[in-house]
Order: sequence, then C-alpha cells, then structure tokens
Amino acid sequence: MTAEIDAVVGRYVHLTLGGRPHRIYFEEAGSGIPLLCLHTAGADGRQFRHLMVDSAITDHFRVIAFDLPWHGKSTPPDGWQDEEYQLTTDAYVEAIRTFRDALELERPIVLGCSIGGRIVLNLAMRHGSEFRGLIGLDSAAYQTGWYDTSWLHRPDVHGGEVCAGIVSGLIAPQSPDVSRWETLWQYMQSGPGVFKGDIYFYRIDSDLRDALSAVDTRICPLYLMTGEYDYSCTPEDTIATANRIPGAEVIVMKEVGHFAMSENPQQFRRYILPVLETLRTKA
Amino acid sequence: MSQREEAELSLAEPIQQMPALVNADAALVRRGRFVSTEFMLGISATPYYISIVNGQIAGLQRGPLVMRSWSFAIRGGEDVWRRYWQPLPPPHFHDIFALTKRGEFQIDGEYRTLMTNLLYFKALLAAPRRLAAGAR
Repeated sequence: MTAEIDAVVGRYVHLTLGGRPHRIYFEEAGSGIPLLCLHTAGADGRQFRHLMVDSAITDHFRVIAFDLPWHGKSTPPDGWQDEEYQLTTDAYVEAIRTFRDALELERPIVLGCSIGGRIVLNLAMRHGSEFRGLIGLDSAAYQTGWYDTSWLHRPDVHGGEVCAGIVSGLIAPQSPDVSRWETLWQYMQSGPGVFKGDIYFYRIDSDLRDALSAVDTRICPLYLMTGEYDYSCTPEDTIATANRIPGAEVIVMKEVGHFAMSENPQQFRRYILPVLETLRTKA
Repeated sequence: MSQREEAELSLAEPIQQMPALVNADAALVRRGRFVSTEFMLGISATPYYISIVNGQIAGLQRGPLVMRSWSFAIRGGEDVWRRYWQPLPPPHFHDIFALTKRGEFQIDGEYRTLMTNLLYFKALLAAPRRLAAGAR
C-alpha cells in the first residue's frame, strides 16, 4: 500500500467518572515513556496530532491524548440533554487519574494546555509522586474571569463561530494559516456550551497561589511554558506562578500564542523537544 | 517597507483603503454576507462611520457628525491603531480583545452584531495590515 497513513491509533475506553459510565475516546502513537496530553477548553485531543507523527518524540514516548467527556469523540453522559456542563477541578483530576489507571500508564509525563495547563498545577499539588514530570502550557495559578462568557452559549449566536472568533485572538500572527484555521475548526466543532463549561473551571478554585507550597519539584519536575502572544494567560502570569514554586522551570515561547502544539507545530517542537529529552534522561 | 517607514505609515491611508481591501476580498465578503450595519471606528478623537451592506463596505465617512448613530464603536489611540495595523503586531496589539483587556481599546454599544460575526469583523478591522505587508 502506498497511501500515507499516520501511525496514530484511536480507540474507546469505558470508564466510570463521577459514578456514571463514560465512553472515552483516545488516540496514541509511539512507544516508551507514557506522555499523556490534555487538550484545551472547548477542543479535543486532535490538538496533539503533530506530536504523534514526530519520530523524535514517538521513538521514545508513547504519546496519548484522550478527549474529556463531552469533547471530541467522547460522548457526554446519559441525560446530558437536561444538564448544564460545568467542569470542576475534582472531576478533571478524577478523569485524568482514572484514564491513566485504566490504561495502566506507569508514572506518565503529563503535558496539558490551557485548562490542561492549570490542572497540571493541581496534579503537582495533590499527586506529584504519581507522575514522572508535569508540563503546563499557558499555566497560571491565578486567573479571574475577564469576559462575559454568556456569549459562548446562546441560541441567537452560533456557538462554534463565536468560540472560534474569540480564541482566534489567542493565536500568534506568525502562526501558519493552515494550522491557525485547523485549530479554529476544532473550536467550531465543539458541542454547544462545552467551551463555556470548561471555562467555568477557572471560576472555581480560581486562586491556587497560596496552595502552591504543596508542590515539590524534587518529587516531580514541573515545566511551565507559555506563548508570548497569549493574552489570556500571559507570560507574566506564568512567571508569577513559577516564582512561588522552587525548582519550577519557565519557558516563554516566542512567536506562538495559546495553542502552541496546534497553531505552530514546528515552533513548538523547538521548545518541547529539549524538555522531553531532559525528562527522558532523568528517567 | 522598512520599520521606520512602517512606523510612519499614515493612519489616513489604512482607513481610506479599508473599503477597497475588504470589498476585493471575496472570502471575507462571503463570511460577512449576512452583515448589514453601521459601526464606528474611533482613532483618538476622530470617529469614522463605516456602513456595511451584505458584507461589503458601502460607505466610509470621517466625523464627527452630530446625531450620527451606530450599532457598536471600537475606539483607540492613534499609536495603538498604528501598532495594531503592523503586519506582525507585537503581543497584545494583535487582537481587539487583547487590547480591550489592556484598556487600550474601548468597545461600546450593541455587542450582539459584533459577536454574531466576530471572525468577519476581526478580519475587516485587521485588513489594513496587508498594506504595510507590501500587498500594494
């Protein structure tokens, strides 16, 4: 066969989350140290597809990305039609740990972006010993709601279009058009109210600053990487967070915004490869 | 165009070129095909009234004009617009909401028109970047 086929495999795993059955979609590629990737709010695991076809990574890492419940190809729980989706810290941590246990991933590295970058801090605070390394993209311990999220889910405004319109400003102007629009397409495909429900996560437990003393980077190394064009979680926000965590390493990524791995895979590669190499050497 | 020339780019030109830039962009006009409204673009104390009909800019008028109405207004200082219209604007100057969050832009009025067609209006407002990028 001469067709070009990505060496990425997608499957479903059945998990009980919040006491309810879920069918969770995940994709993976490569072999070696498990690298568990967490997508941004209102998106799905496709954001990591470039990592999964990069032999510099897949030769050493088993790259895995799952879609949170309600996202991508993971179905929402039975009865979703009568609920308002709202992500909480506890539910998010439960989803990550349950997925990890179900796939029997031994001390994975977690690479999370945006809400995934925030939850990395919670993992570091509560469960650091369970992970080989934690990498938070666009991660900050303190973020307040700064815009009216009711625009994200209302019947008179197309949810996919408005969500893409809002996050388009978080992409750096240097990012290639093809990657910019692929990133936005994924936002356009998100289910109604899902992005808004993810953002809710920032409105509760929104201030982790005083809790960061629980993080011990000697047990689990922590990298915080933020794009210079991210005005939602700015490099200054990330640096302020890292200043409260002895041993946390900050990397400000030039010419990228909030979706480094998705909006400019080549530029992201320059920053993530050395981090992964360091973690691999430590392992 | 050199950086110095870019810095000296008159703001009158990007505004005056905006109708031609937008109307010649078939994909952009298609994106805005359901948009018919009037909005105001303020550069320091000078308002410009922009009329949109089915995604095309049908009129551009320099103000101020007493009693002129608009659906929404987006305003910022001269220097802010100049940096916003650079082909590769610096961080925070690349997006209308980034600037609004920093207090450099003010957006007032009827947000629904803007939000319903956000990708369209963002592209319309950024269209003059193509001038400095050498698209002339």
